[in-house]
Amino acid sequence: MELIELFLASILSNNVALIFILGMCSLIAVSTSIKNSVNMGVAVIFVVTATAMINWPIYELLKATGTEQLSLLVFIIIIASFVQFLEMFLAKFAPKIYDAFGIFLPLITVNCIVLAISLFFQQRQYDFIQTTVFAFGSAVGWAFAMILLAGVRQKMYRVSNIPKGLRGRAIAFLILGILALAFIGFTGIGRVSF
Amino acid sequence: MNNQENKSTIPKPSGWLRLQYKKWFVILKNGISDENPIVVSVLGICSALAVTNRVENAIVMGIGVTFVIMGSSALVSILRNLIPSKVRMIAYMVIISLLTIVVQMFLQAYLPTVAANLGAYTGLIITNCIVMGRAEAFAIKNPLKYTLIDSFANGMGYMLVLIAIAAIREPLAFGTFLNMKIPGFENWINWNVMALAPGGFFVLTLLAWLMRTLTKNYEEN
Repeated sequence: MELIELFLASILSNNVALIFILGMCSLIAVSTSIKNSVNMGVAVIFVVTATAMINWPIYELLKATGTEQLSLLVFIIIIASFVQFLEMFLAKFAPKIYDAFGIFLPLITVNCIVLAISLFFQQRQYDFIQTTVFAFGSAVGWAFAMILLAGVRQKMYRVSNIPKGLRGRAIAFLILGILALAFIGFTGIGRVSF
Repeated sequence: MNNQENKSTIPKPSGWLRLQYKKWFVILKNGISDENPIVVSVLGICSALAVTNRVENAIVMGIGVTFVIMGSSALVSILRNLIPSKVRMIAYMVIISLLTIVVQMFLQAYLPTVAANLGAYTGLIITNCIVMGRAEAFAIKNPLKYTLIDSFANGMGYMLVLIAIAAIREPLAFGTFLNMKIPGFENWINWNVMALAPGGFFVLTLLAWLMRTLTKNYEEN
């Protein structure tokens, strides 16, 4: 039950994109079409869940040796090398998947949500199962927000006459603001700290 | 630079005009206004929106990010001939995260309340696109002197926008400015939405609209 609550909370009431405002750079850059958003979303879900599962035992190791201050450095190196490894692995063994997701992988390294998830589990002291559920849920929530935004932007580009100064990325902020207002309505669904 | 070569033929221009064509002035102006990292290039938005519900947080975050940008750009610029281009990303990451750890430890030691407010966002300076962007776009191919000016300008451009957003959000959200009650705002009913994410998005939209209209820097699409 606790895990279901955590999962729902991380998608809806604690959405990383719309409530915590994380991962905006790539979210705004990629959300120009629904197709790209879905591909990027799948890549992020995979990388976030996998790196959180790798970082959790490593953090335990750091705690055991009393070097938690270095956790930032260790996390970011693990994330960067994991993404690099994944890119090489896909290019060699699954070129079809690489063609669809490859270009998004370097973007993911500097996407704040990958690091943020690792920092959040550290702050909230989750155990391994909670970390996995939380990481997966948050990434799904982030992808969900991006696909919603892409849908609105794609349609808006065709049908509406946007003021000159708001064109492009500025209008995306306005749409995100309205989406965030809607997501505040989910407050109270699930819990993230126990 | 052309000014100096043509000094004999062309009458000496006034001080202000000459200043406008100095390389350091152009770099400074680009960073702060023409290519402002937040409102024009749209980089580093996450922290710009998440920490700006109080002016105090915005100032601390701005100084922290400026420190990290300047430090990392300077180190990258000094080491630019030693870093092999294949591993440069990892090299930036290590340099940036070391400086971020310094900022984080400094805040925890001297400003514990602000550190608690900023939470995970100090650690997220590492993934702030501006820091990495400056290292890759400027520091890796320019000498130390201009790199310092460029990184300072970008840090200031970031900080000024943060303070501008916070200066609108804090009075509306809490009726205060730098945690002090504003005269005339004693009976202010707090606009909670301004303290939350949507307030940040709306204020940033208006600011980006204003800046783009003023600098005539429009985007297609």
